[in-house]
Amino acid sequence: MEHETTQTHAHGSVKSYVTGFALSIVLTIIPIVLVLSHALAGKPLIVTIVLLAVLQFLIQLFFFMHVREGEQPRYNVMALILGCVIVFTIVAGSMWIMSFNAAVQ
Amino acid sequence: MLTKLKDFASTFFVTGDPLIYGADVAIVLTTIAIVFVLTYFKKWTWLWKEWLTSVDHKKIGIMYLIASLLMLFRGGVDALLMRTQLALPNIQFLQADHYNEIFTTHGTIMILFMAMPMMFALFNIVVPLQLGARDVAYPFLNALSFWLFFFGAMLFNLSFVIGGSPDAGWLSYPPLSEMSHSPGVGENFYIWGIQISGIGSLATGINFLVTILKMRAPGMKLMNMPLFSWSVLSTSVMIIFAFPILTITLALLFVDRFLGAHFFTMTAGGNPMMYVNLIWMWGHPEVYIVVIPAFGIYSEIVSTFSKKKIFGYKSMVFSMMIISVLSFFTWVHHFFTMGAGADVNTFFAISTMAIGIPTGVKIFNWLFTMFRGRIQLKQPMLWTLAFIPCFVVGGATGVMLAVAPADYQYHNSYFLIAHFHQVLIGGVVFGYLAGIYYWWPKMFGFKLDEKLGKWAFWTWNIGFYVCFMPQYALGFMGMTRRVYTYGWDMGWAPLNLVSSIGAFLMGIGFIFQVWQISYSIKYGERDTTGDPWNARTLEWSIPSPAPMYNFATVPHVSEQDAWWAEKQAREAGKRAAAAPALEPIHMPKNSGIPIIMAAFWFVAGFGFVFSWIWMAVAGLLGVAACLLARSFQYDTDYYIPVDEIKRTEASFGRGI
Ligand code: HEM
Ligand SMILES: [Cu+2]
Repeated sequence: MEHETTQTHAHGSVKSYVTGFALSIVLTIIPIVLVLSHALAGKPLIVTIVLLAVLQFLIQLFFFMHVREGEQPRYNVMALILGCVIVFTIVAGSMWIMSFNAAVQ
Repeated sequence: MLTKLKDFASTFFVTGDPLIYGADVAIVLTTIAIVFVLTYFKKWTWLWKEWLTSVDHKKIGIMYLIASLLMLFRGGVDALLMRTQLALPNIQFLQADHYNEIFTTHGTIMILFMAMPMMFALFNIVVPLQLGARDVAYPFLNALSFWLFFFGAMLFNLSFVIGGSPDAGWLSYPPLSEMSHSPGVGENFYIWGIQISGIGSLATGINFLVTILKMRAPGMKLMNMPLFSWSVLSTSVMIIFAFPILTITLALLFVDRFLGAHFFTMTAGGNPMMYVNLIWMWGHPEVYIVVIPAFGIYSEIVSTFSKKKIFGYKSMVFSMMIISVLSFFTWVHHFFTMGAGADVNTFFAISTMAIGIPTGVKIFNWLFTMFRGRIQLKQPMLWTLAFIPCFVVGGATGVMLAVAPADYQYHNSYFLIAHFHQVLIGGVVFGYLAGIYYWWPKMFGFKLDEKLGKWAFWTWNIGFYVCFMPQYALGFMGMTRRVYTYGWDMGWAPLNLVSSIGAFLMGIGFIFQVWQISYSIKYGERDTTGDPWNARTLEWSIPSPAPMYNFATVPHVSEQDAWWAEKQAREAGKRAAAAPALEPIHMPKNSGIPIIMAAFWFVAGFGFVFSWIWMAVAGLLGVAACLLARSFQYDTDYYIPVDEIKRTEASFGRGI
């Protein structure tokens, strides 16, 4: 049961939420425009999209997830490390596993 | 106009099969009967106030339990239909396309709409009580999770009578599940049913993680926490990391189907194998998500019924936590035959075998706990004892499958089918049943009848081996999964017949259990003590069924098996049953928003299934409206006055 239903400990301000939201939207629109307008292609396109994704990941962590706040940042750090390990496994694992496709074709 | 309507109806409703017309009639009759009973006995407000809007974790748990038992019935009927079709060669009971639908819905329902909710039922009923808490961390979110699951499951089941069932297997591999091969709405039902309930599962994972980390009774260190709660912690971590992968994967599949994208198509740069890769990143952790809580249940039961502290508590904790991480590193064993190369297959073969080690440790711990214990063969213990050999064999065949080169032979044969049913029935189902028998008195205040329970136990168990042992052999004889019929010349007839007999034995076991429950409601032994098994953890220190606030006074804990220690101390006269001062108890208020919001999700999902954009948009607007309404709700809690607590406790014969 939430004892503090009246929200005594505010998480972030309206301003930080709006900034985070606006930045996320912009970082999502850029890749869409890049793809639709064929401004970039191939490797450069992929690298740009990945970079923008990582940037958005960081923005969400700081503006929405409040990684720096909370009484016990230890839990935060542990969760973050595990999360990063798993994200790394998903991405690197998939690339490793699917690379056979390139070899086959 | 009329012909247009007729055309619409004949594609909208599933037609042409007597089985389905029968189901239509049954659904309509049941609905009328329920509406009639509720109206006749004037129970509508009671239902709404006491159940549908409840945020009480115990009631939500009971609703999960009822829903999961109904789904067990539906999935079980699917299973028996399949075993009937396969009992002998060349049977014309089901046609190929109908058979495909049935194995798809069987698998999906059993994992996502039977095992998951039965697990959440036990989480809800047990965890706050074990921790000495008065509710979960986010009671409103908890109710929302339940209703999302419920409406997701309903949406999925609706495909049986409206639009047509999915038929691309329980994991919906493309290209079969793409528009090119499954142009009907069945796959959409699959995607949206799972997506909607998946949001609920993710929220439940977060809810219980926070509950365990933040809401333990004062003094209860993590390393004093009961093992079932530890298992829930481990599973919650896996849910939080695994379910988003499922959501994204199915979302991409839906984008393919709905917007004509090419993530997993055969052409235009799509890659169906990427789907297989992604879905198993969720799928393998998922099988551990459902089995780890069963391990937690067995640990509680073995300790209670051996009258001993669990052997190797620390190694139990360690092995569960290590499994929750390791389970993210084995997924390729489900598609060794994709041929990703010797390096990839070797890595994942070894990681898969490694996960057997912590599992083995746990088996030894249970055995050592029983060693020289005073074992009582009560129903929960029976199921636990049956689990051990069953799971050892299931694990061993799993390790056989993990030998990558050998798996080229076993893969997708009946050997695989036998393996995963052995771990899922012998491990998961037996575990949850044991848990239900064990905590039933805490839920309802009476025990389930022993004699009928023994009948159920033996028919289930004998049925299990009769059904699945022949399937290992059938696998070696070349029978592949998902075949809907076979010829006499294959030589598979005798073993298939035996297997079908076993399946029906398990069906009889289920009927015994239904009988057992109905019988015990009337004649079951009442539990007046709150501690019918002389057990060890805090949930047994309060009356049965637990009062709505759980603990009149929050317990203080200083060691493992807190309730046992308390009983020992009282017996030795060291401590009197303490009576600290009562204080008003802070409780969350009921809310209708969860059920309404989930109903809007259902509407949106249905709209997406049929590509009726107006309906999808209307549903999503409703969801948004509910979110807004909740954000501006400030009056969400109240206090139970001391008088009322005193009265309630007195009604259980506990004066304070
Ligand atoms: C020692 C432990 C285990 C090992 C080594 C193991 C290994 C394997 C392997 C290698 C496969 C893939 C075989 C193939 O497709 O050819 C498999 C399939 C499967 N296993 Fe296990 N397993 C273990 C425990 C479990 C547990 C505990 C569960 C569930 C509670 C489980 C559920 C499944 C399921 C559902 C499948 C088949 C899914 C499908 O193809 O539709 N396994 N297992
Ligand atoms: Cu697996």
